Amino acid sequence: MTDNPKGWKPGARRKAKIDALAQAAGQVQDAGTVADTPGVSLIASAWRRLRRDRVFLIGLTITVLFLLVALFAPLLAPHDPTARLLLDKVRPQSNPIPGPEPGFPLGADNVGRDLLSRLIVGSRQTLLVCVFATLFSLIGGLILGTLAGAFGGWIDSVVMRFVDIMLSIPSLLLAFSVAAMAARPSQWTVILAISIAYLPIFARLLRGSMLAQRHSDHVLAARALGVKQAPIIFRHMLPNSLGPVIVQATLVLATAVIDAAALSFLGLGNPDDRQPEWGQMLGAAQKYIYDYPHLAFYPAACIILVAFGFTLMGESLREALDPKSRR
Amino acid sequence: MLRFIVRRLLQMVGVLFVLSLLLFIWLRMLPGGTVSAILGDRATPESRERLTKALGLDEPLYVQYWRYLKRALTGNFGASTGVVPGRDAFQIFIDRFPATIELSFFAILIAILLGIPLGYLAARRRASLFDNASVIVSLIGVAVPVFFLAFLLKYFFAVKLGWLPVSGRQSNIDATRVTNFFVLDGLMTREWDAAWDAFKHLILPAITLSTIPFAVIFRITRASVLEVLDEDFVRTAESKGLTNRIIRGRHVLRNALLPVITTVGLQVGGLLAGAILTESVFSFPGIGEALASAFSHRDYAVLQVLIMASAATFVIVNLIVDVLYAVVDPRVRTR
Repeated sequence: MTDNPKGWKPGARRKAKIDALAQAAGQVQDAGTVADTPGVSLIASAWRRLRRDRVFLIGLTITVLFLLVALFAPLLAPHDPTARLLLDKVRPQSNPIPGPEPGFPLGADNVGRDLLSRLIVGSRQTLLVCVFATLFSLIGGLILGTLAGAFGGWIDSVVMRFVDIMLSIPSLLLAFSVAAMAARPSQWTVILAISIAYLPIFARLLRGSMLAQRHSDHVLAARALGVKQAPIIFRHMLPNSLGPVIVQATLVLATAVIDAAALSFLGLGNPDDRQPEWGQMLGAAQKYIYDYPHLAFYPAACIILVAFGFTLMGESLREALDPKSRR
Repeated sequence: MLRFIVRRLLQMVGVLFVLSLLLFIWLRMLPGGTVSAILGDRATPESRERLTKALGLDEPLYVQYWRYLKRALTGNFGASTGVVPGRDAFQIFIDRFPATIELSFFAILIAILLGIPLGYLAARRRASLFDNASVIVSLIGVAVPVFFLAFLLKYFFAVKLGWLPVSGRQSNIDATRVTNFFVLDGLMTREWDAAWDAFKHLILPAITLSTIPFAVIFRITRASVLEVLDEDFVRTAESKGLTNRIIRGRHVLRNALLPVITTVGLQVGGLLAGAILTESVFSFPGIGEALASAFSHRDYAVLQVLIMASAATFVIVNLIVDVLYAVVDPRVRTR
C-alpha cells in the first residue's frame, strides 16, 4: 500500500517526496511481511508493526524511564524528600523559596525540602494513582460490560441505563463530585474518583464489542458444539473484545495523571505532603507562581512528559490493533 | 424524524429524573455535610441540632427528596449555603450561565476554526513536516493540564506583558446589561468600549478552554479526511476527471465532516469540566467557578442545580447533534 493522498494531483516529485517522508516517519508499513506468513494473529501482526513504529517506541521509552525512576526512587533521590534541609535559607519575607545551590540542583520548596528529590520520589505516588485508577475502572467496566454484553436482555437494559446516567455528566466533573464526597481526602479517594469517572467508558466499549460477537460465527460454532455459556463468554468473546479496551486503558493512564493534578488543584487531592506527588506539588506551587514559576514548572513538565508518553503509546496501539490498518 | 426526537426527549427526561434522585442521595451522603460547612468544626452539639432541624436534614431521605421535588417543579431549588449565602440556588445558575455560554462559545469557535482546516491540511499533506508537527502539537496539547496552561497564559500575557486583563469578565461595571452576554450587550447598546473590554477578558480563558477540543477536533478531522480520501468514490471522481475543487468540496469534505459533527457535540458538552478549572484560574464568574466554590463549601443546593444543569446541557447537546447528523446524512434518516 503506497501512501498517496487522493483528490488532487501533486507532481511526481512531490509524490516521491511525500512517500519518502512517510517512510521516514515510519507510518507506512512494509506490505509484504505479514501477508507472506498466513494465519498471523492480530496481536502478532500488531507487534510486528509496533516494533518499527517510532511513535510507539518514543512512548515506550518515556514510560519505561518513568517506571524505572519510580521503582528506584529511593536510590536515585539525592536527599530525603521530607527532610527540611534548607530550612535555614527560607526567609518568609524576602525569599521564601531557596534557589539552586551545590547538592541541590533545583533548589528547595517553601519549607526547605529538596525539590529534585521530591520530584523523583513523587513519581511513585503518581504511578500508584494512575495505575490503580486505570485498573479499578478497567475491572469495573469489564464486569458491567461483560454482564450487559454477554447476557443482553433486561440485564443489558438495566446496566446500560445506569451507564448512560453516569455518561451524562462530563467525566472530570464526575471525578470532582466523587472526590468531594470524601471526608479525609487521600490518594485512595483520588484513585476512586478517577476510576469511577472512566468506568462507564470501559463498560460501553466492552458491551459494544461483546454484543457484536454474540451472533458472530465463532460464537455460534462454539454454541453448536455444546460449549457452555461461561467458557463461551470468557474464552471466546472476552479475549476478542479486549483490543479497544487495552487501547482505552493506555489513554486513561494519561488522563489519570492529568486529572489527579486537577483534583489537587481544586483542593480535593491528597493533602499529606509527606508523600510527595506531582499534582500536589503543582497545586501547592500556585501560591508562588508569579515570583517562583520554576516551582510549578518542574512538576508540570513531569506530568506533561508522562501523559505524553502514555498518549503516544495509546495512539500507536490503536492504529496497530485496528484491523482496518492491518496489512 | 419527529418520533425519533420525541422518543429521545422522553428518554432524556427519564435519565435526568434518575440522576436527580441519585444526586440527591449522594450529596447528602457527603461527610461533614452542610451543617459543619456552615458552623465550622467547633460548633456546639445544640447549635448543630438546631440548624439540622431548620434545614430539614433530620427527616428521612425520601421525605426530603419529595419536598425537594415539589419545590423544584415550581422553580425553587433551595437557598445557597456557601457560594453566595442566602441566594436562591437556581438564581445563581441564572446569574452565571451567560458567562459560561459566552466563554464556551468563543472556545469552541476557536477550536472549530483552527481544528477543521488544520486537520484537513494535515491529512492532505500526510506525513509531511506540517502533518507530523501538528499531530505532535495536538498530542502535547492533550497532555498539558488545563489549569497549568491557564497559569502560563495568565503569567505571560496578563502579568508580564500586561496586554490582557488578569481576571474577571469586564472592568467597566457601568455598562448597560441587556442579555448578560457582555460582548453582545456592548454591541447592542453601541457601547463599543464595553464590548471590547469584555472581549479582551474572554481571550485568555477562551484560548485555554479551547485547547482540548481543538486537539480532539483536529485529530478526528485528520483521521476522517484520510479515510475518505482512500474511498472508491473519490478514486472514481478523480478518474471521471472532475476538478479538484468539486472533489474536495463535494466528495471529500462532506463525507469527512460527519464524524466531526459528533465530536464537536461531545466536546461542547465536555467544556463544562474544563470550565471549572479555567474559570477558577481567571476568576471568571461563570458556572465553573461557582461549581469549584460549591465543592469547597459543600453547598448542596448549588451543587445539585449546577450538576443537573450541566448534565441536561450535555444530553440536550447530544440530542441536537444526533438530529443534525440525520439532517446532514441522508443514510441515517432512512434507517
